[in-house]
Amino acid sequence: MLTGPAAVFFYFFSLIMVASAVMVVAVRNPVHSVLFLILTFFNAAALFLLAGAEFLAMILLIVYVGAVAILFLFVVMMLDVGFIELRRRSFKYMPIGVLIGFLLLAELIIIFLSSSFSSKFSAVVSAPIDMVTRSNTQALGDVLYTDYAFYFEVGGIILLVAMIGVIVLTLHHRTGIKRQSIAEQVSRTSETAIEIKKVESNKGI
Amino acid sequence: MHNSFMTWFLPFLIIVGKSLLLLIVLLLLIAYLLYIDRKVWAAVQLRRGPNVVGPWGLLQSFADLIKFIIKEPVIPAGANKGVFLLAPFVAAGLALSTWAVVPVSYGWAIADINVGLLYIFAISSLEVYGVIMGGWASNSKYPFLGALRSTAQMISYEVSIGFVMVTVLLCVGSLNLSDIVLAQNNGLGTWIGIPFASFLDWHWINLFPMFVIFFISALAETNRPPFDLVEAESELVAGHMVEYSSAPYMLFFLGEYVTIVLMCAMITILFLGGWLSPLDIGWLNRVPGIIWFFLKVCFLFFMFAIVKAFVARYRYDQLMRLGWKVFLPLSLTMVIITATFLKITGWR
Repeated sequence: MLTGPAAVFFYFFSLIMVASAVMVVAVRNPVHSVLFLILTFFNAAALFLLAGAEFLAMILLIVYVGAVAILFLFVVMMLDVGFIELRRRSFKYMPIGVLIGFLLLAELIIIFLSSSFSSKFSAVVSAPIDMVTRSNTQALGDVLYTDYAFYFEVGGIILLVAMIGVIVLTLHHRTGIKRQSIAEQVSRTSETAIEIKKVESNKGI
Repeated sequence: MHNSFMTWFLPFLIIVGKSLLLLIVLLLLIAYLLYIDRKVWAAVQLRRGPNVVGPWGLLQSFADLIKFIIKEPVIPAGANKGVFLLAPFVAAGLALSTWAVVPVSYGWAIADINVGLLYIFAISSLEVYGVIMGGWASNSKYPFLGALRSTAQMISYEVSIGFVMVTVLLCVGSLNLSDIVLAQNNGLGTWIGIPFASFLDWHWINLFPMFVIFFISALAETNRPPFDLVEAESELVAGHMVEYSSAPYMLFFLGEYVTIVLMCAMITILFLGGWLSPLDIGWLNRVPGIIWFFLKVCFLFFMFAIVKAFVARYRYDQLMRLGWKVFLPLSLTMVIITATFLKITGWR
């Protein structure tokens, strides 16, 4: 149980987080919605910090707030979609949304129930870190690069493939545009760049 | 009751006091760095620079401050008022909050956290929000385009900054900023047998390419010339800040300069040995660390100012090319080389 100032901070951040998560779906303006999502992420990072997982908190900020949410913001700001219209139609999908919500809730409950039954699960999840000799970051790195190195690298390769795929899909080399080729510019010499012509008097070239 | 006062309330008060002290010193420092910036720029162009307010124009920044505050803040009719006013606070607030982890001398950091480097990286990646919120909320074409350009630029150069930080922390083995400085007590200088020349121990000499990349990326990250395409005073107006006036504009401006000084401090910590004295000689070691830190930051700021004065502005495609096609491969290769070298020699 949390006591003292830690509890105060916990409830403070959780309250803001839940409130802003509600605002994400409640506000009309999609840009405001993304901004509230950022506030939610930010408070989640604060909760991670309170739990002593400082590395996860910083990674959450860097990856989600610093990159993913900016992408959302770009898309929402630049796409000219009739969001009000979209919102009106979205009530059609209400039942399926509620269904998925309940499914996720049920799964969460099952996870917590199974954790109390399976002894191995709780041993893995709540294995204590020797905080005196190793920091959070080191402990995470040790696990990630030894026991789970294979999965980690597979994950990395999947992301790389996705990135290359996106580049291939969106890259169009249009012809007829003047492009700057740095290598070509640098490799020019006075012989290839300048042409000297003898101009006779009273005549053009 | 007394016990909880001693354990919770007193440390809280001490932290607030430290933060206020740092804030005041930082703002005063920025007032004069701004003055130095303009003086250096003027000197290069054979002008006098600010010289009217106070002796030698020393009070110019304060005159500007008063001017900004007493002007009327104009909010465009179509602007999204809330976001429009929030954006400058986000910009200035985030910039100032990064200073919480900067160790200005041995043990002189408000929060000496384990992931200090990551914290700075995280918060500086959030600074994009001030720009993009301001640009969008102005509800006008030019601020929005300026904001998009600025955001793309900042995100691009964050990548190479990240890799440079990785190289440094490979050499140090810690994300704690104080540890990074202390690791620079031993280095190349000690190894080749010149123990008194401790400036040779610092990272700038064995990670010299990274030092240069970081410096240039810092210029781009803070939208300083020659990468100030967003503002480009002679061509455009002020990028995402076009619609801003008086105090909100000042907050943007302040945030920008706080970030610049932070970048100088980061270069000092990562490459120039933080608060360590450049020569390991008795009386120089007795000089307080904060003096060395201050001198190094001032030197780097002078470099920033000089670059502003005499390097021509980049074109946007050149800027992107430099970030993605030159700095990214270069810094990535250096990470691999450094890691391999450290693994083989077991230097650390």
